[in-house]
Formats: sequence, structure tokens, C-alpha cells
Amino acid sequence: MARIRLVDRLPVLHQFRQSVGLQRGMLVAGLVLTGFFLIMAIFAPWIAPYRYNQLAVDGQNFGSQQPPSAEHWLGTTVGGYDVLSRTIWGAQTALMVIIVAVVLSIFVGILLGLVSGYFGGWADRTLVVVADAIYAFPTLLLAIVASIAISGGQSGLWAGVLSAAVSITVVFIPQYFRVVRAETVRVKSEAFVESAKVTGASTWRIMFRHVLRNATRTLPLIFTLNASEAILTLAALGFLGFGIEPTSAAEWGFDLNKSISDVTSGIWWTSVPPGTAIVLVVLGITLIGESLNDLADPRLRARRRAGKTAIPADVVAAQQPASREFMGEVE
Amino acid sequence: MTAHPATETPVSIRDLGITFSTDGGDVDAVRGVDLDVRRGEVLAIVGESGSGKTVTARSILGLLPETATLRGTVLLDGENVVGIRPDELRDLRGPKAAMIFQEPSSALNPVFTVGWQLIEGLRAHERIGKKEAQARAVEMLRRVGIPDPAKRVNDYPHQFSGGQKQRIVIAMALALKPAVILADEPTTALDVTVQAEILDLLRTLRDETGTAIVLITHNMGVVADLADRVAVMYNGEIVETAPVQELFAAPQHDYTKRLLAAVPRVEIVDRGLKAVGEGEPTVAASDLVIEYPGRLGRPTFRAVDRVSFSIAPGEVLGLVGESGSGKTTIGRAIAGLTPVADGSLRVLGTEMRGVREREFRKRRSEMGFVFQDPATSFNPLLTIADCVAEPLVVHGRASSPADARDRVDELLAAVQLPGDYGDRFPHELSGGQRQRASLARALALDPKLLIADEPTSALDVSVQARVLELFRELQERFGFATLFITHDLAVVDMLAHRVVVLHKGVIAEEGPTGQVLGDPQDDYTKRLIASLPVPDPSEQAVRREAWRAS
Repeated sequence: MARIRLVDRLPVLHQFRQSVGLQRGMLVAGLVLTGFFLIMAIFAPWIAPYRYNQLAVDGQNFGSQQPPSAEHWLGTTVGGYDVLSRTIWGAQTALMVIIVAVVLSIFVGILLGLVSGYFGGWADRTLVVVADAIYAFPTLLLAIVASIAISGGQSGLWAGVLSAAVSITVVFIPQYFRVVRAETVRVKSEAFVESAKVTGASTWRIMFRHVLRNATRTLPLIFTLNASEAILTLAALGFLGFGIEPTSAAEWGFDLNKSISDVTSGIWWTSVPPGTAIVLVVLGITLIGESLNDLADPRLRARRRAGKTAIPADVVAAQQPASREFMGEVE
Repeated sequence: MTAHPATETPVSIRDLGITFSTDGGDVDAVRGVDLDVRRGEVLAIVGESGSGKTVTARSILGLLPETATLRGTVLLDGENVVGIRPDELRDLRGPKAAMIFQEPSSALNPVFTVGWQLIEGLRAHERIGKKEAQARAVEMLRRVGIPDPAKRVNDYPHQFSGGQKQRIVIAMALALKPAVILADEPTTALDVTVQAEILDLLRTLRDETGTAIVLITHNMGVVADLADRVAVMYNGEIVETAPVQELFAAPQHDYTKRLLAAVPRVEIVDRGLKAVGEGEPTVAASDLVIEYPGRLGRPTFRAVDRVSFSIAPGEVLGLVGESGSGKTTIGRAIAGLTPVADGSLRVLGTEMRGVREREFRKRRSEMGFVFQDPATSFNPLLTIADCVAEPLVVHGRASSPADARDRVDELLAAVQLPGDYGDRFPHELSGGQRQRASLARALALDPKLLIADEPTSALDVSVQARVLELFRELQERFGFATLFITHDLAVVDMLAHRVVVLHKGVIAEEGPTGQVLGDPQDDYTKRLIASLPVPDPSEQAVRREAWRAS
């Protein structure tokens, strides 16, 4: 009982053990969908039958808009790419954007939020106003501007991923900033921070040792919500033609854009797979985020009803050392 | 005023069991409780936090969270409320049983007038006109002693003082003439002088209306003052039920004996400082003024007004006062957490007025601080050993928490905590253990001055007694000067060499402990001491008469 076991401290696993009923169902569904997405992204080169920019095999062209067949399970696009392969490879691009976007915004956002919340004053007020101003800006417009500024609109893999990620970062920083700032303001008035002050700890030590770790409780939640938003923004950029060239990476939004004309001519296989991929990934990540949110709040968390038979107090005592101790104390 | 078809026992509980389902499995909060509340009596349920006293009382009103499962029967005026439908339960709440809450400020809705809130309760159960309801509300306020009720009925809660708010809550509980009133720590959030008034009001109302009162409290003084019969709860069971005189005179159960022995009493011993420390006083305040800036357009609030006192090396100074008296503010100013506005405050040879944190930081190693709530004064993500090592690391006495571990174990041993407790996280310790760890942290650097801000007010009585005992031992061993801030005169009596009584930011009285408590000169100090209920029913009855006469 001296230390909490590692299993209980891992973020998602801990919540999984806590969950029950519908909430557990949601969490499991989210985990399965997201896990599937991750596997696709990481092992795309081995899972996908062709490369994302492959047009021919053994000198033989795939052909344009071919219906599903044994060679091409989901047919080919108007540009002559294999749909299944591009959908699988698309997961990789999406994952890269998520990682870059979240890593960039999480560090800047947390640092700004911590400094701003801890010191307060005019710098804090200015930052809050700027964050609010960015909130008021249409996300997509901002993303398009950033994308054009970085890569001139069309680009290769890394330039495309970066431009999408950076444009998303600009929008996300205020979110991390606000959450961390609010938590910092709350935590800094707690007695243990004052206690550190009275001890004579330096400001930086208080901020990073005492405040920071206590202010980041809700971040996994925002992370999941932002990850799904990042995918949607990337897809929207691709759909609007500011995405990544098909020769440098597979990108779901771009494929959707190219399949618009197919829909009217009864060709379903070019639009449905990338669209479904977007929906499922966003759904999976959102489900995780939502159930983490519910489970983190004791008031929202569902519990098993207490059994009819009373269980021995030892079970209680094992969980709560204080409850059994003689008059609340141990010799 | 006997509106009830009088059943002799409005509440009768048989074999009540309450189980909560929590993340850590099922918890039996209450097991096999039998309890009767007779008409017109005050039944006190005492016990420490977690003993199940509040849960038992709340089951009478069906006010338990969804996670609770009940067994047994709870008869409220002949009707079983276990497993009752919510709408039937609603009919019982008000006319049959009502509740008085601990914190009057949060029990009243701040956006409605008190009159509206009184009338809401009336109209939920009776069909009466607006005018009549208004008249009844005014009448209720008059009965609970709100001055000028016809006018005040249209005031909002924030326009009343804490004691008045509790009176209004009592008025709401009484509005429908319930057979039983549950009072959950009704005076805990109030100052001693106000507490005496509220207890007096409850007694008068009981005498007038014949309502039974179930009083939940941890304060044995309050029990001695108000209760007729006492049920002692321990670990979810009732261990003893007895008339109040009998219980105090001859407790039967072991736990009751321990509980009564642990209650601090004002004994008034003159504790002269043996060797008055030589040289400069550790803390010297002269004409100290501390102000809080007001919001836009409001004047600054003067929390401490021209206060002068000093603490000699090795001396324990008790700083006593009610809420808002400025006692905590003074402690914070000495620790450099609140700026000094005017006058002079010298702490360990440093002038605190206009001091820069950079200059004062070196002095901090000579100072320890124990906070009121041990639950929040530890970083929840660090182990106890890391927390206690923090001052050592900060002041360069150790390079890392691991390096300081020997010293930490030594300190934990000094506060009677086993060394392996250092590996635990704060939430794995009980309140008393945490407060002892807090003491260990404050003493880590061998301070010359310790500031303790209400260090025991968040603890149960029995735990409090041990922490105070430990504190006294350590103080005698290490000889540090102490500023002991508290509202509890009995605690001051146990520890302090000298006492300063603060009232509204000004010193009311100052002197050796025995003199101030035994022979108070100032009117406010007299009132403060007279209001303190003593844990002895017969003596308290005498004191009560004296208090009423004054």
C-alpha cells in the first residue's frame, strides 16, 4: 500500500479499470477504433498493397476509376491510384499532423499558460486578450492563411504536414494556454504552494515542481479532442485544395476533393473509403476523450450498485489506510 | 404549539445499514444502528469524521447520494422512509422533518430574498395566499430573533451576518413545525460568541415548540450545553447511548472514555516562560498596519490596525480571535506572504515593511510554517519524504530529496511517524498524520520561529489532543519561538506562555495566559471566555445562566 501500483497510474488503463457499463463500452469502442488507426498508420508500408503514389505494377497501368476487383479491393481513383492503399497511407499523414500539431502547441501553450497564470499582471491580461482574439477568428481561414504563407498552397510531404500542423497549432495554443492558465491560477492559491513560498523556494522551482504537474490534469482530455480537430482541419485543407500533392503523400481530404465528380456518376468507391476513415478516426478519438472526461469527474462517473451483502471492513481498510486506524492514528 | 398528532417517538431507527459503492469497493458506512428520538428532546450524535453520524442523520430525510444503499427501517412519524417514493418523501420533508446545515452562507440562495425563500417552503406544502405567507415569514424571523423583521424580510442573504443567516436557516427549518429537526454541525462555522447565541436560540425554540432536535456535532462543549441524550458513534456503529449527565459522569464504552479524555479543557495554568530568551525579540511589531486593497471605487480594508506585540526567543505566543479579527493576516505578514502597509514589523532581525523577497529569502531558513488544512498543504504528487525534504533541498542542505532521506527519517521519527511513511503520498495519510508530517517539514531546518495557523482546527478531537501534545514536547525540546494562531481558547490554554486577544484588527487584551483567561479585564475577552461551552453539563448549566445574565 505504500505506493500506488504502476497499473493504476497509467492514464488510460487506470480509467479503464474504473469504468463500468455504457461508459466502459464507449471507452473500449474508442480505444479499438484508435488502436486500429494507429496500427494502420505505423504499418502502412506493409499493410497497404501498393504505395500511395503508385500508378502501375510491372509497367501495367492501374487504369482510372476501375471498380473494386481482386487486384484493387476498393477500385482506383480518377487519377489512377489504388483507393485502399491511399486510404491506409492516409492514416500515416493524419498521425504525423496530429503529433506535430499537438507537440508544437502543447509546449508553447503550457509554458505561456503557466507563466501567465502564475505571474498575472498586464502580461497575463494581454495574453488572454490575444488568445480570445484568436478564438474569435474562423479556424479554417486561419489555417488556410498559414498554409499559404508556409508553402504557397501546394507542397510536398513535410512542407504539407508542417503547414497543416502549424496552422492548427496557431488555433490550439489558446486552448492549452487557457486550460493551463486557469488551473495555474487555482493551484497557486493552494496551501502547498504557499508552503513552498514560505520555505523560500525560488519562483521557478515553485512553478515547475509544484504548480506545473498539478495543473496538467485535464491535458489528456484536450489532447484527444484536439487530435480529432486536427484531423478535420487537415482534411478540410486538403478538400479545399491547400493540402499535400498526391505524389508526396496520401491525404484523405485531397482524395475526397478529387472524388466529387465521381459521386454524380455513380462511382462510390472513391469517396466512401477516405470519408469513412475520417469519420471513424474522429469518432474513436472523441469517444476516448468523452469517456475520459466523464471518468475524471466523480459526479459523472457511473458506479456499480453496492452489493446486498456487506463485505468485510478489511476490503475498505485495504483501500483507505486511514479508515481502520485506531482513532484515526497509527502508533 | 403542539400541532402534531403526537407520536412519542417521531423518529425510530431499527437495524439501519448504509453501504456506499466507491471506486475502492463497497464501504459500510453504518452498521446495525438502532436509535429513537423522543418528542421534545435534543439527541446528540457524536463521533469523529467518518464515524457515520452525518449519514445516519441524513437517512431520516432521505438525503443520501445515489451511491448509497440502505437496509433496515427508519420510521419518521410512523412512516418508513427506506425505499419510499421520491414524491412521498417530498411530502415528509418540511412538515415532518427539516434540516439545519453547517454552512449558513451556502444553505441560502444568494439571488433571492430571505422572505422569498421562507415563503417557498411554506407554499410547497400549504395553500396559502401571498399576504398570509409574507406575514408568516415575518413572524418566523421575529421568533428567531432577527431585529426589525418586517423590513429585513426583503433583504438578501449577503446583507445578514453569519449568525443571522444561521437564524434564518433555523426559521426555514421551523416554518412547517416539523416533528424533528436535524442540525448538522449547526455552529461549527460560527464564532464562539455567535455559537452561544445560536445554541440558546435552539434551546428556546425546542422548549416552545416541542420539536425534537437531532444534533450532529464533534464539539463536546456543544453537547454538554444543549443535549438531553447522547449517542456515541464509532466506525459506523453506536457504541453507547446515555443521558448527557450520565455520559459525562460515567462513560461506559472505552471509546467514549478516550473521546472525553481527549477534549481540551480550559484549566488555566500559568505557564511562565522558564528562561526568557536573551537579546532581540524574534518578532517585534509596533503600530503594525495591514491593509487589503479594495475593489475599484471602494476604500482599502484595514485588516490589522496599529497592533504592537513581540515574541521573545523560545516563547509561545497565542494569538486568539474570531473570524475577521486579523489573526491569520498577522501570521501571513510575518511569513512575508502579505505586505505590511504601515508601522513596523521586525522578523528575525529583518524589517518586513517594504522588504524584497530576495533579501528575506535567506531568513526563511530560520522560519517554519504549519498550515491549517493538512490536506492541501502538501503537494499531492510528491511523497511525504520529498515534501519534508523540500526545505533542505531549497536551502542547499541536501542536493536531492534522496540525499536528505536520513535527516527526513529523523524528522519523521521526531513527530512519531514510522520512517516508511515517507514513501507514502499525502492522501494515503490520515489528517493527524499529515499534520504531524507538516510539523516535521516546518522543523526541518531547525527554525528559530514557527508560525502555526490553526494547525488543529481541521482535526478530530482525539487527534488534535495528540498533535498538541507532540507540539508541546517538540517546543520544549528545541526551544523555538512560536506564534500560535487559533480561535480555540482551550488550545491556547494548553500551549501558550502569553496570549494576545485580537478583536476586529485591534488588540483587546494581552498578557500571560493564566492572567488573560483567568481574570480577563477587557469586555470582549470576558464575553469570549463566557461563550465557550465547557464539556461538562452541570458546569455548563451554571455558566449558561451567567452568560444569559451578562
